[in-house]
Amino acid sequence: MSEEYRELGVSIPIGPFHPALKEPIGFRIWVEGEKIVKADIRFGHNYRGIELIGARRNWIQILYLAERICGICSWSHQFPLAQAIESLMDVRPPDRANYIRVVVGELERIHSHMLWLGVLGHEIGFDTLLHLTWGVREKVMDALELISGNRVNYAMATIGGVRRDITEAKRDILLRKLDDLLKGVETLRDIVLTHKLVLLRTEGVGRYDRELALRLCLQGPMARMCGIRKDVRQDEGVAAYGDLGFRAIVARDVVGKDGCDAYSATAVRVAETIQSINLVRDALMEMPPGPISAFPKPIVALTRASKAEGEAIGRYEAPRGEVIHYVRAAKSDKPKRWKVRAPSLINVYSTKWVFPGHQIADAVVIAAQPDPCIACTERALIVDLDRGERRVVDHAYLTELSRRKSKEVMGDV
Amino acid sequence: MGLQRFIKRSPWVFHLNTGGCNACDIEILAALTPRYDAERFGVKLVGSPRHADILVVSGPMTRKDVEKAKRIYEQMPSPKAVVAVGVCTMGGSVFHDSPFVTAPISDHIPVDVYIPGCPPRPEAILHGILEALEKLEVE
Ligand code: SF4
Repeated sequence: MSEEYRELGVSIPIGPFHPALKEPIGFRIWVEGEKIVKADIRFGHNYRGIELIGARRNWIQILYLAERICGICSWSHQFPLAQAIESLMDVRPPDRANYIRVVVGELERIHSHMLWLGVLGHEIGFDTLLHLTWGVREKVMDALELISGNRVNYAMATIGGVRRDITEAKRDILLRKLDDLLKGVETLRDIVLTHKLVLLRTEGVGRYDRELALRLCLQGPMARMCGIRKDVRQDEGVAAYGDLGFRAIVARDVVGKDGCDAYSATAVRVAETIQSINLVRDALMEMPPGPISAFPKPIVALTRASKAEGEAIGRYEAPRGEVIHYVRAAKSDKPKRWKVRAPSLINVYSTKWVFPGHQIADAVVIAAQPDPCIACTERALIVDLDRGERRVVDHAYLTELSRRKSKEVMGDV
Repeated sequence: MGLQRFIKRSPWVFHLNTGGCNACDIEILAALTPRYDAERFGVKLVGSPRHADILVVSGPMTRKDVEKAKRIYEQMPSPKAVVAVGVCTMGGSVFHDSPFVTAPISDHIPVDVYIPGCPPRPEAILHGILEALEKLEVE
């Protein structure tokens, strides 16, 4: 991109680092007046060399490193890694473990989607929505804490199963919590999908189309909002999803058409949240008795894994799309190679194609649409092509702009 | 009651993620939302370090972030306090042996309050911020 800066005669200012609430990612936007004509994205501030240090950990330790790739999808990284190691060793986890895996995975999806909804509310200046969703979200965090003992980074997956059982007593409490949660989420759905402000600010914003989605290989809810019924849980039947008869939701199932825009993305995520609650309930009800792990102790698993050879992948549908973990083993207690493919990389980069044509005030909504972990704009450089002006604006300024637009479109309410 | 003694103003907080796993960051956000409600202490998250009294840092400080974090610290008006959230800030947590992280962050900016945990609970984060407030009031 630096060539284009040179063409425009603009040098890149390295201004103050500005993650506001969020993680560092840079969106750069070129504008003509209020209209965005071009955008670019930079990554790299969070680079911790995880795959490199992973090669120094043994098979058990690496699970807890994988969990800390991303705190929001901690299960979604730990589980595919465990899966990959299991397929290296040719081990099948017991049925009960598979059901518990569904419970934890779906609870994580609920908390992640709720979090996203709150962020969307915040970006369009609908802070009531932020506080409502985060209020509801606390119930999921309680459920996760009840199962695993921690609110985030639950350390539940292990090679050959899960680490903690869901006892009868816990199951009853969970089922009660789920009823509560379902009520909360249904209220939220009714607010979000019909509220005038949400409609005005999300319909037609960040519009992809089916061809573009296929060409860019969009993942997760971003693909499903374009009507592509693609979901690892459905296609691969990982864990117990096959038994539970899972079918992915696309936008037309919820709002009647595949809008491919931020509104469809919202609709898909809200519907998935409700679907996840039902999945958790089904999994809890149908959970077979039995052991929760194929190995009595982690050390046994480690010893077995140290004899494995070859390569394997593990796949899982994280809240944001398909996560792939690749491992290669060479009869050692450490992996020879470990590679992670996370969906956000694809989804976030795809926004480059949809920025042009929108107003600056819509930029934060488009940036938030793929749920880039937490919608993260480090800093945007606005280059006004008409006036040849350039300004560096921060996320706070963009949010402010977005809020002003919300006020305008709503009139003086 | 004890709190009343030293809450004489609303502490504004700037949040800086220096490469952590995000879990600490969502817990910091959770501390601001209805269940924990940091706003009852006047705590407000601001978008610029120039408006902030307290810097809340999470993450193991990746190499790319060191200079920027220092600059952000310098931009804050005095008196100021730094709250380090999570064990990443103390020794790098699971990332301790990565060549790209430079934890502990106290090598780069002075830290007043450490909140241990991976991630710590929102209550603990609130408590830490209030501890930092005490320091601000004393100065
Ligand atoms: S302390 Fe733990 S939870 Fe917090 S950012 Fe570091 S690894 Fe993540």
